[in-house]
Amino acid sequence: MSSEKVFTLRGGETAGATSAPAHPERNPGMALKPDWFENARVNLTGVERRAATMATRRTVKKEWQAAWLLKAITCIDLTTLAGDDTAERVKRLCAKARMPVRADLIEALGLDAPITTGAVCVYPTMVRPAVEALKGSGIPVASVATGFPAGLMPLNLRLEEIRYAVAEGAAEIDIVITRSHVLEQNWEALYDEVAAMREACGPAHLKAILATGDLKTLRNVYKASMVAMMAGADFIKTSTGKEDVNATLPVSLVMVRALRDYHDRTGYLIGFKPAGGLKAAKDALAWQFLMKEELGNRWLEPDLFRIGASSLLGDIERQLEHFITGRYSSSVRHPLA
Amino acid sequence: MPQVKDIFRTMDYGPAPETDAPVRAWLAQRGAKFSHFIGGAFVAPEAESHFEVRNPANGEVLASVAQGSAKDVDTAVAAARKALGKWSALPGHVRARHLYAIARLIQKRARFFAVLESMDNGKPIRESRDLDIPLVARHFYHHAGWAELAETEFAGHGAVGVCGQIIPWNFPLLMLAWKIAPALAAGNTVVLKPAEYTPLTAIAFAELCSEAGLPAGVVNIVTGDGATGEAIVAHKGIDKIAFTGSTEVGRIIRRATAGTGKALSLELGGKSPFIVFDDADLDSAVEGVVDAIWFNQGQVCCAGSRLLVHEAVSDAFHAKLRRRMETLRVGDPLDKATDIGAIVDKVQLERIRELVAIGCREGADCIQPKTAVPDTGLYYPPTVLANVAPASTVAQEEIFGPVLVTIVFRTHDEAIKLANNSRYGLAASIWSENINVALETSAKLQAGVVWVNSTNMFDAAAGFGGYKESGFGREGGREGMFEYLKPVAPKGKAPKLAVPDFSAAPAIAEAVSDAGLPRIDRTPKLYVGGKQARPDSGYSYTVRGADGAVVGQAGLGNRKDIRNAVEAAHKATGWSGTSGHARAQVLYYLAENLDARRGEFADRLQAMAGGGRKKAEEEVDLSVRRISYYAAYADKYDGQVHSTVSRHVTLAMNEPFGVMGIVCPSVAPLLGFVSLVAPAIAMGNRVIAVPSAAHPLSATDLYQVLDTSDVPGGVVNIVTGESAALATTLGEHDDITAVWYFGAADGLAGFEKGTAGNLKACWSGDGDAMDWSDPAQSQGRAFLRHATQVKNIWVPYGE
Repeated sequence: MSSEKVFTLRGGETAGATSAPAHPERNPGMALKPDWFENARVNLTGVERRAATMATRRTVKKEWQAAWLLKAITCIDLTTLAGDDTAERVKRLCAKARMPVRADLIEALGLDAPITTGAVCVYPTMVRPAVEALKGSGIPVASVATGFPAGLMPLNLRLEEIRYAVAEGAAEIDIVITRSHVLEQNWEALYDEVAAMREACGPAHLKAILATGDLKTLRNVYKASMVAMMAGADFIKTSTGKEDVNATLPVSLVMVRALRDYHDRTGYLIGFKPAGGLKAAKDALAWQFLMKEELGNRWLEPDLFRIGASSLLGDIERQLEHFITGRYSSSVRHPLA
Repeated sequence: MPQVKDIFRTMDYGPAPETDAPVRAWLAQRGAKFSHFIGGAFVAPEAESHFEVRNPANGEVLASVAQGSAKDVDTAVAAARKALGKWSALPGHVRARHLYAIARLIQKRARFFAVLESMDNGKPIRESRDLDIPLVARHFYHHAGWAELAETEFAGHGAVGVCGQIIPWNFPLLMLAWKIAPALAAGNTVVLKPAEYTPLTAIAFAELCSEAGLPAGVVNIVTGDGATGEAIVAHKGIDKIAFTGSTEVGRIIRRATAGTGKALSLELGGKSPFIVFDDADLDSAVEGVVDAIWFNQGQVCCAGSRLLVHEAVSDAFHAKLRRRMETLRVGDPLDKATDIGAIVDKVQLERIRELVAIGCREGADCIQPKTAVPDTGLYYPPTVLANVAPASTVAQEEIFGPVLVTIVFRTHDEAIKLANNSRYGLAASIWSENINVALETSAKLQAGVVWVNSTNMFDAAAGFGGYKESGFGREGGREGMFEYLKPVAPKGKAPKLAVPDFSAAPAIAEAVSDAGLPRIDRTPKLYVGGKQARPDSGYSYTVRGADGAVVGQAGLGNRKDIRNAVEAAHKATGWSGTSGHARAQVLYYLAENLDARRGEFADRLQAMAGGGRKKAEEEVDLSVRRISYYAAYADKYDGQVHSTVSRHVTLAMNEPFGVMGIVCPSVAPLLGFVSLVAPAIAMGNRVIAVPSAAHPLSATDLYQVLDTSDVPGGVVNIVTGESAALATTLGEHDDITAVWYFGAADGLAGFEKGTAGNLKACWSGDGDAMDWSDPAQSQGRAFLRHATQVKNIWVPYGE
């Protein structure tokens, strides 16, 4: 990308945008520019302090909480990534994605139209049944690829896996990066790898999983985020869900700040996806506060914000019913995925 | 009322009110009218006079509260005095139980206190709930511990007595805790006056004291305005005044208590620097600014209100700061998602407006967010005054509102210079990822509290308090306990000494020497900058022995000599930077050389002070010992690492004041002098000493000893002459940081009054009544403690 694009803004406003989001122009990536991140400073205590007060400085109640939780549902990548996944299991998940909340609850909440989750996320061999099950819903299928979760397969096989998933109908590919490139600070290798993956994705959007639990330091997280975006990632994502530590608020804060810096410099809007460990409705709210506070309303919409989760939806459903009835709800009252 | 579907589209925040019902019920039960709390009961004010307390968020009258008169204060002091004996004699463990009960009850009533505080003061409920009240409980827990340990950790110390405590309106209950917890732990009883804007949590606390079963009279709360405070300060039955508030009022209190023998600690204003170096995590530093100046509406004495930012990152930092300001929410203090609440009172709001207007007139760029500020209620938006020159009013004056001024610096040295270019020295915040930059800056800043990569961190285990005109004394930690303790020592009676004749009249003819020849005249001059200097006046005065015989002459120093001595002391900066080991060597050498002249010094003492040969020799020997004692301590008076919050190193460093003035006792001409000068210089201070006017020649005889002992010029400066006049000049000198007065008791009042100018730390004692040969009275860590100020440096870590 040429240097005159630096500092120009495009896409939405960074704060206060309330209109329905226009789909942003895709991030084309740019040449690797290590000077944008090599001297990055990230202070752990400072980041933790901001993260810790995110959910104590902000709260939403009643109608606001219901609306925010509905919005969170539209951002969920409803996920199954288990060894015992079958086509039938995936179909059930897709049915839930189409109708994540009981129709009577949606009606009681006064929504004009039903909502769906943001996507369904599966392994490559499960893409085809998912695409079939979601036909006509407009819900994209996301596939993990590139030797998920460790990513230690030969590169040509990883790229082939991407092409396979895209050919099967996946609209989004959640790739994993080679952690050793980050630990060895080999930015060129990381950049080349992600750029090759982006190319293999073709029209499918690339979500780069950094596996932040393996990267250990927040500076590594910032640098890896920046390299992934330079290499053309459409989304940056925290975790596979399989690391010892999955999505945390401090890590997410550093990633969205990197994303903001990239936007400030290039004008491109990059999405963010925390994944792993978000189980309760209040977790979803905490991440929404983070997005709104650090980036603005534009980043609360599903084209720029996804939550990778499997059990989160169940808790949100119970909270929504509680809002309507005033009684605490039970999971048996809500259809399984 | 927006529907769910609308909010789903706008994704706005909605109202999230904390209920005020329990507080309203409490106010209603009490008829919204409150009396003083004296002797364990609520007592109507003598004059039946009350004033109204309002909620600054909406102007609503919350309650009417008793206006304390001098008579009410008198009743309260009497109750405190009555309770003192029994309370201070209780075993520490029993006092600890009481403090523990208070801590527990605070926790059990936490939300009530938080809501009441926010209603009374206007601060956001998030802050009162998450910061103020938890810190209050923490303070009582911590000090329950000090009460438990008092007998062993503070052996030889006892309570000061009845303490008068006057607290501000910005952290009403927290400041109450900071005052009452250490006072009670040490065995004192208190009369506390909360600020007139915010007395309600103190009144609720009084009820809590009853609930906790605290003995009657241990805590007394008298409400009222400045006049009530004045009555407390003036009351003869009070042993100590502790004040937190403005520097202006601190100065008035310093003058009012001068010479009364009341102990004093002052925690005053600030204009604390917030320094962002080019290698800082800028995003975290921006959040630091939020916590520094937009915490409690900026009504924080240690608020980081002066942003110093490195030129290389200034634009980026300002851009980030502007963006962050847009997301701050100003409004209802009881809304859980409010960042900035209401300003405490109209008067304060007007002052903020006025100062911002002045700042703009003087050339600042005023930056305010587009965010809405409520139309009614006392609100002020978060504000940045950018590109402010150090000479601008707003760069020097404390605004005490949500207003940050920003100044750009070029180099590390310049940052330190700009940071220290203030009359205040309360706190500082430093942002850098480089440990060398962070620690060096911490060391060089003149501030009582330094936060590295953090800001407004508080903990009961750390000391808090200022340098320079931000006051003296510490609150919290071991250092804070000493403010409420005094050594248990016998008190002597000052002997009657002949007043020297300072006139220039020639003395009556002297005796010839033993050899039958006229004596070779020795005329000591003054000792300034390591050289003997003729007194500016051109006069000397005659020094006589105990028998009235002429012993010699001494220079008649005046204010200009003091001025010169202070300048010489300021030049000797190297001394404060040398290692303790190096200073110890010099002091040992001094002891060695004094010992070598034992006979000569004994002769002089015998001639001047009388008392016989043996006593004179004893004084020289004790002086040698005393110098050795402090030489030994020069590298052993360590600071501490306080146990505060996890993953933080909180360093309590003992730093020298820098330039100190010392007025020596008239008695013990040699031992009194070295007992004061030795600890001061051992800790790295440079001193201007005024020796005994009656017997100055032991001090002047030291010139040669100092010269031969490698004491660098300017470290010890000696000005002889009329003590009272010289002491006044020392006390008033704005370039002296601390003074000790052990001169004649009748000179103390004038001297202490003079120190109000720059609010220098002042330690005094009736030097002539002390037995300087008794180490229990005249030697020890207390001397080192008063020769140093504690700087608490907070260093968080983690990768």
